Amino acid sequence: MIGLGHYLSVGAVLFTLGIFGIFLNRKNVIIILMSIELILLSVNINLVAFSVFMGDIVGQVYALIVLTVAAAEAAIGLAILVAFYRNRGSIAVEDINLMKG
Amino acid sequence: MIIHAIFFWLFATVCVGSAVMVIASRNPVHSVLFLILAFINAAGLFVLIGAEFLAWILVIVYVGAVAVLFLFVVMMLDVDFAQLRQGFLNYLPVGVIIGGILLAELLTVLFGWAISPEIGKVITAPIPPSSEISNTQALGLVLYTRYIYFFQAAGVILLVAMIGAIVLTLHHKPNVKRQNISEQIARTKSSAIEIVQVKSGQGLSS
Repeated sequence: MIGLGHYLSVGAVLFTLGIFGIFLNRKNVIIILMSIELILLSVNINLVAFSVFMGDIVGQVYALIVLTVAAAEAAIGLAILVAFYRNRGSIAVEDINLMKG
Repeated sequence: MIIHAIFFWLFATVCVGSAVMVIASRNPVHSVLFLILAFINAAGLFVLIGAEFLAWILVIVYVGAVAVLFLFVVMMLDVDFAQLRQGFLNYLPVGVIIGGILLAELLTVLFGWAISPEIGKVITAPIPPSSEISNTQALGLVLYTRYIYFFQAAGVILLVAMIGAIVLTLHHKPNVKRQNISEQIARTKSSAIEIVQVKSGQGLSS
């Protein structure tokens, strides 16, 4: 019998893989953006699982909003990446030091 | 019920496996393709759990738009990805430590929770039985009434993202001649033509 815990486990594993991916591919911004997408996907799985197993549809509404924000974030992130590549000819994270942060 | 379980394990295994390949594969194009696979399997999980609308939105928005955008950017940028991968193994220990701690914490929470028996009192919008009303319709009934401002805020977020992406990536090349419509329309006879009286037998001197 598949219950709430199974779906939450999948969400937890995907979240951890997303965090792990950010640490593993520190130099590559594209993989970091993909890892962020994985993290947001795991959050969506959690929201939908709780929504269905508690019988409250508001969780799915919230998942829809998270999906929207994730799409907007991906579009803006990739646009910044393209603009950065056009200026510097590289997308390595250690080259992004213009503001000495 | 057994079919439900079989498909759950199928979708969950492929989803987690392709998520591993997203962060571990050498070629970013393969990463994007595995990301698509992970999203499709997550959509399968959503269908299994009864959230059909979100499943199809996931397929359309992520596979149809976001993943193609990623693929486009990966293929457009001329970057030496092998060079970006150097030091991959240096970051492995700290990543394993932090990921392991995080997973341990999440699993501790996962096996320690209990749903309060009074949860029925705080439910805002109960899901109607799927035999009466489909998931899409149920979602629409809530989204367009009670959460209409959230819906519009989502639209504004998408509009801002669209304008931002266009502003960030649009650039005019200086050597390209473009049509200036307002200048064309504003031309008059006096500014556009000049009448020169030429004596016969002589040319124009300038």
